[in-house]
Amino acid sequence: MKFTKTIMAGALAVMVGATPALADLVFPSLSYRTGPYAANGIPFADGYADYLTLVNERDGGIGGIKTQLLECETGYNTEKGVECYESTKGQGALIYQPLSTGITYQLIPKATADGIPVHSMGYGRTSAANGKVFEWIFNYPANYWDGASVIVNDIIKANGGDVKGKKIALVYHNSAYGKEPIRTLEELAKKHGYELSLLPVDHPGQEQKSQWLQIRRDRPDYVLMWGWGVMNAVAIQEAVNIRFNMENFYGIWWSGSENDVIPAGAGANGYKAATFHGVGADYPVFADIKKHVVDTGKAAGAGDQVGTVLYNRGMYAAMLAVEAARKAQEIAGKPDITAADMRNGMEALVIDQARMTELGLPGFGPEINVTCASHGGPGLGAIQQWDAAAKTWSLVSDFGPADRDVLDPLIAEDSEAFAKENNITPRPCS
Amino acid sequence: MLYREAGDFKTTYRADQQTFPIKSERILFWAFIAFAFLIVPFFINDYWNKAVLMPLLIYSMAALGLNILVGYCGQVSLGTGGFMAVGAFACYKLMTAFPGMDMFSVVILSGFVTAAVGIIFGLPSLRIKGFYLAVATLAAQFFLVWVFNKFAWFYNYSASGQITAPERSIFGIAVTGPSTAPWATYLFALTILFVFGWIARNLTRGRLGRSWMAIRDMDIAAEIIGVSPLKAKLSAFAISSFYIGIAGAMFFANYLGAAEVGEAFGIDKSFLVLFMVIIGGLGSILGSFLGAAFLVLLPVLLKNLMVGYLGWATDLAAHIQIMLVGGLIVFFLIAEPHGLAQLWRITKEKLRIWPFPY
Repeated sequence: MKFTKTIMAGALAVMVGATPALADLVFPSLSYRTGPYAANGIPFADGYADYLTLVNERDGGIGGIKTQLLECETGYNTEKGVECYESTKGQGALIYQPLSTGITYQLIPKATADGIPVHSMGYGRTSAANGKVFEWIFNYPANYWDGASVIVNDIIKANGGDVKGKKIALVYHNSAYGKEPIRTLEELAKKHGYELSLLPVDHPGQEQKSQWLQIRRDRPDYVLMWGWGVMNAVAIQEAVNIRFNMENFYGIWWSGSENDVIPAGAGANGYKAATFHGVGADYPVFADIKKHVVDTGKAAGAGDQVGTVLYNRGMYAAMLAVEAARKAQEIAGKPDITAADMRNGMEALVIDQARMTELGLPGFGPEINVTCASHGGPGLGAIQQWDAAAKTWSLVSDFGPADRDVLDPLIAEDSEAFAKENNITPRPCS
Repeated sequence: MLYREAGDFKTTYRADQQTFPIKSERILFWAFIAFAFLIVPFFINDYWNKAVLMPLLIYSMAALGLNILVGYCGQVSLGTGGFMAVGAFACYKLMTAFPGMDMFSVVILSGFVTAAVGIIFGLPSLRIKGFYLAVATLAAQFFLVWVFNKFAWFYNYSASGQITAPERSIFGIAVTGPSTAPWATYLFALTILFVFGWIARNLTRGRLGRSWMAIRDMDIAAEIIGVSPLKAKLSAFAISSFYIGIAGAMFFANYLGAAEVGEAFGIDKSFLVLFMVIIGGLGSILGSFLGAAFLVLLPVLLKNLMVGYLGWATDLAAHIQIMLVGGLIVFFLIAEPHGLAQLWRITKEKLRIWPFPY
């Protein structure tokens, strides 16, 4: 009994966990470096961590206060996500970026109740773009519905403005994430007259033979994909196997990283994906990252991800968070900000091309102007294409707008439904 | 020395057959219950509630349910995740259809819905046994998850297929939704677990439990002595599903707050609960709790130890944790194939005569 008691006491002490030094700006990172989605989770987490390290090493922190990264492994699992959220929120967390639509849905009500902003950049609940209903949730610079619309716009452009009677198939991860674009694609189908067919793929997506057999039989003109993790690589390989024309195969931005196309080899040449930020490592900020982070041995993970698509996205997310923190310090008039100040900073965030150039990222993304009513940012997206010989992605279109006439009413409708379900009175935005 | 049994006489059959025949054990049990009900709620915070105690209570409930089926009645089931999903979706539909209903009723009704579904999927057990039955229940797992993904009525036609628990209360105290007090959800789950743990313990000691065990030990012999396999097997499926359904409802409404059927109630959930039952001890109420505690607490403990104290990288810690937990499962099963409950039983026998073994 005594032995058991000692163990129990030790266990209790351990479970309370260590607390970090206070007065740092705490950025939790709910990352996943293990599990079926690790291949995509690692570069994002590395990019996020490296940019925060860069800010500490090069600038001495934000406004003179060091940033602190609290990494917590979720394995893309919602239960572990809850555990991570609860264990980090008491340590002064300023902003959450869960990088999982499931965990984001979970955190939306919780973080709102706790007063901590959530930034689901290019994922999560699309209607969170309505800042009147979702006071604490942000999803600038673009969301899934923008992505769907940008891809459809590109298809329309390729067909000289007319897609009537064309067949478009959506291969999607059978989860909240994959189901997000369906409503938009259906509305756009009504408007433009294409036929939409839906092909769900179950988690984790290693088995897609039947879906691609159906594609081979139905011969759709275009295939769109909402995939993540191992599902992407499998889908691209299957598309290569049935000799589907890669030019007509579009992925969302989470289906367009190096990990997804390299396994399919030369066959993946010409595969397209949407994106909301620049590609490659030809930006001045990477020289700084190399000098201050990689060469000094402070890089996160193995340090071999610099310049990949998802690394860039993680770095972009960290950059937006750091800029918002700067803005928050400016508004609050003190460097030591709270989560509530952070929210104010995010809502007043303005990033123009001049600021991007200052940060060493000229032309990396569209200009961002967040307001009280619009948490969704500009909603611009571009199309990137894979060159299998050079093993590089390159942008093949400019950052173009989504079909706002279709999307804005959808966002209003969905966010109002959420407000009604949860008894939220939309706040006035002047 | 630790157990002072001298003078602890039993003069009635009733006293002799109680759950805790040793007096000091009875005192310990009630002290523990008093601690859980009266002390813990005053000190509980969000982290302890959401990361440690809620999963522990809910998985204990699920393990208890599965143990009735697998441990007491001998019917192997791999459909736990699917039955938890039934409980969760029944709970969601009840919460949204009857906003005025209190949470106790919602959770209990969800249990009854799951029990009905459990009886339907238990029907094959009358004809098939062992591994073949496991495969049939595996079909239930995949079928149920598919149903909740396919038919939008179950998730009220939401765009994403996610279900989110609205705020519901008991006696005016919110127990679901984002702004609940940690003590409220904790006490809610603890009360349900305590009541149904009590019922389960007494069911297994009564006529019904004996008929289950008769079927488990040898079904032909049981039939010859007058146990109806139909009644015994289907009642085991019904009651087991009832418990698992309640666990699923609480898992969704009180613990996660939002769930997605493929992610939250996948096949890995079925295996996790089955492992809890096997590691804890088949056919043991205490074993259900020990197994759940082992598989819920150990990963959290290891993570906090390796990341929080030793400062290791999170991915390294996650990998080592998976290997350690796996290794410990193998070790425990080799050291004691009958589970943690048997380990405790042996320890107790030794402690009772310590320090003068004969």
